[in-house]
Amino acid sequence: MRKQLRGAALALTVAGLSLTAAACGGDDTEAGGDGKTITWWHNSNNEPGKGFYEQVAADFEKDNPGVDVEVTAMAHEDMVDKLTAAFQSGDMPDVYMERGGGELAAHVDAGLTRDLTDDAADVIESIGGSVAGWQVDDRTYGLPFSLGVVGVWYNTDDFEEAGVTPPTTMQEWEDANDSLKEAGLTPLSLGAGDKWPAAHYWYYAAVRSCSEDVLTQATADLDFSDECFVKAGEVVQQLVETEPFNKGFLATPAQEGATSASGLLATGKVASELQGHWEPGVMQGLTDDGEGLGDKTGWFPFPAVEGGEGDPTAALGGGDAWAVSAKAPDSAVDLVTYLLSEDVQRGFAENDMGLPTVPAATDAVTNPVLGDLIQVRDDAPYVQLYFDTAFGESIGGAMNDEIALLFAGKATPQDVVDAMQQAADEQG
Amino acid sequence: MSLSSVATTAAGTTGPDDTVASPPGPRRPPRRGPGGGAGSWRTRLEIAVFVAPALVLMGLFIAWPVVSAVRMSFYRWRGFGPMDDFVGLRNYERVLTDDVFTQAVGHNFVIVVLSILIQLPLGLAVALLLNRRMRGRGVVRTLIFVPYVVAEVIAGVIWFQLLLPETGVADGLIGAVGLTPPDQGFLGTPSLALWAVFGVLTWKYLGLAILLFLAGLQSVPEEIYEAAALDGASWWQTQVRVVVPLLGPTIRTWCFLSMIGSIQQFDIVWVLTGGGPANATTTMATYLLTQGTQRGNYGVAGAASVVLFVIGVAMAALYQRFVLRRDTRPEG
Repeated sequence: MRKQLRGAALALTVAGLSLTAAACGGDDTEAGGDGKTITWWHNSNNEPGKGFYEQVAADFEKDNPGVDVEVTAMAHEDMVDKLTAAFQSGDMPDVYMERGGGELAAHVDAGLTRDLTDDAADVIESIGGSVAGWQVDDRTYGLPFSLGVVGVWYNTDDFEEAGVTPPTTMQEWEDANDSLKEAGLTPLSLGAGDKWPAAHYWYYAAVRSCSEDVLTQATADLDFSDECFVKAGEVVQQLVETEPFNKGFLATPAQEGATSASGLLATGKVASELQGHWEPGVMQGLTDDGEGLGDKTGWFPFPAVEGGEGDPTAALGGGDAWAVSAKAPDSAVDLVTYLLSEDVQRGFAENDMGLPTVPAATDAVTNPVLGDLIQVRDDAPYVQLYFDTAFGESIGGAMNDEIALLFAGKATPQDVVDAMQQAADEQG
Repeated sequence: MSLSSVATTAAGTTGPDDTVASPPGPRRPPRRGPGGGAGSWRTRLEIAVFVAPALVLMGLFIAWPVVSAVRMSFYRWRGFGPMDDFVGLRNYERVLTDDVFTQAVGHNFVIVVLSILIQLPLGLAVALLLNRRMRGRGVVRTLIFVPYVVAEVIAGVIWFQLLLPETGVADGLIGAVGLTPPDQGFLGTPSLALWAVFGVLTWKYLGLAILLFLAGLQSVPEEIYEAAALDGASWWQTQVRVVVPLLGPTIRTWCFLSMIGSIQQFDIVWVLTGGGPANATTTMATYLLTQGTQRGNYGVAGAASVVLFVIGVAMAALYQRFVLRRDTRPEG
């Protein structure tokens, strides 16, 4: 009975959706024909970002008479779902977001994404090395507008109370965690229930253990036989054995609710957490006063691995880029070029929407902690794209699963590498 | 157990039921209106018109997805672009040799067996108790059925919070009586997680078992109780020797629903643990979602869903053949 009701509701919804889709489809064909309408999907569905992008679209329409920009703001998860469906059907928005790496390479391979190398050459040059994650065979398919790095966020009060300073080596980090424990604090929170937060430890350990050449080569030919990948697992294993994490970390979600890993840091239940540049914003959403950790927020980079071949100043990170679908009109390229202009990037930074990539706009970031992060990012010899993104979903998923098992004590460092290699080989 | 997908599976398995249950020969007398040929033509048209919308919807949302899943399972396909990389049975080989999948099948069967071993006696006992006249019976019946009415996801979220280590209510209660709760919490300890999930499943679906059994008990005629009493049977003897056997068809139907629900279990597991920690609670359904939408291995997910389908159909058919047969066979 319930099933039938649900089925009926589903049928209605789907019927409704297909009507809508049919209507949208009509618009798109028109757009392709006369180049007058550009569809643009983004995930800034809250103020001030939403209003800012509406203004940007209006400004663009004013400078390009006759062009109509249809902006659709969606919650991030909704956008990801709708994009997946759009990739499958081939009925894509003209301007959309790409995370780069293997995912992008697969889209390029399927002929879904437009090559921007020549049409947006000036912008690509102004962004500099940050576009590397959005290049396939030396051609550029996405223009990164925000690029952040992962690091350890900590509660400065807790560190002061336990008398510890930000560590610079793994050994110092373990000692710091011990001191925090002695002070009755939980050193680190980890949302291993979502797997990727645990995987970030392994990724960073690999960035510290492997040379840049090895990582570039491994990303290109998906061969993970270099010893440094096993070494990365050993580094993580050793840290896990010191038990620095919150209770129940294997089932803890990353950032949903006050009992998630980010929530634990935001509400002062733990002293620190390894997370991306979005953490202050996430923590603000998880506290009643909307402040997160406020001025107690501290940040330090992932410590150096003793004997590792990686550069201790290299960073792990990722971001979002604007991409243009293969069937989009030429004016869509003008729009993404405009989105990466100094003006728009400055507005983007002033509204705290992310970490801008165009150097002329970086001084517009007002938040001091984010300002420091930009410094770290720009001083880094290179920013390694999150490995799950870089290697693509299939290898990334298998890798993250196995790393989560490593955290549970159910897999060895070699198992992680084996799982990655197997997924890569099966991908063909 | 979850009934969320029973309708589909049940619909898909009525075939064996009919063929097995009916004796050979014509199944029903030819139905013909008094008006002869014209009337039957009209009847057929009416049937066609009334059934068509449902058939179209079923074709679109049940038959077509099933067919495309089967087709997908023979290709290596990432969810977009042309589906042209035919790999034969390679995806099936991957699924069947994947430890995570075989463990998931194991978890499904653990849930099937535990449901019948634990929920059946428990549900039966409560139903028999609630069948007696007592004060507040209506209230208790309602309370017991409430969890079943709560949406799966909401139940999952509530129990996730209750089972949190340190801050959760469960840990508080266990600590209050002097026991030590598990260090990593019930859902964070691989050896306990499946039991915790099963506990929540029992809480959620016991109400349905009790409701069905109570309904079955209504069909036991009063005279039988009286006859048993006249013969000097105690209450206990009456229940065990008379009532429970008469409840047989209801119990067997419930077992069937429970089995199918357990095999397809997804919602609560997904919300509580997402299949973790360390793959301790994966089910076939969580496996195929992980492979499909999360990793873009749509071919592998397709193969896994076909395997799930085959297991479900096989179990349903065997159950119909060997257990439900006596209920569906014509009387006499």
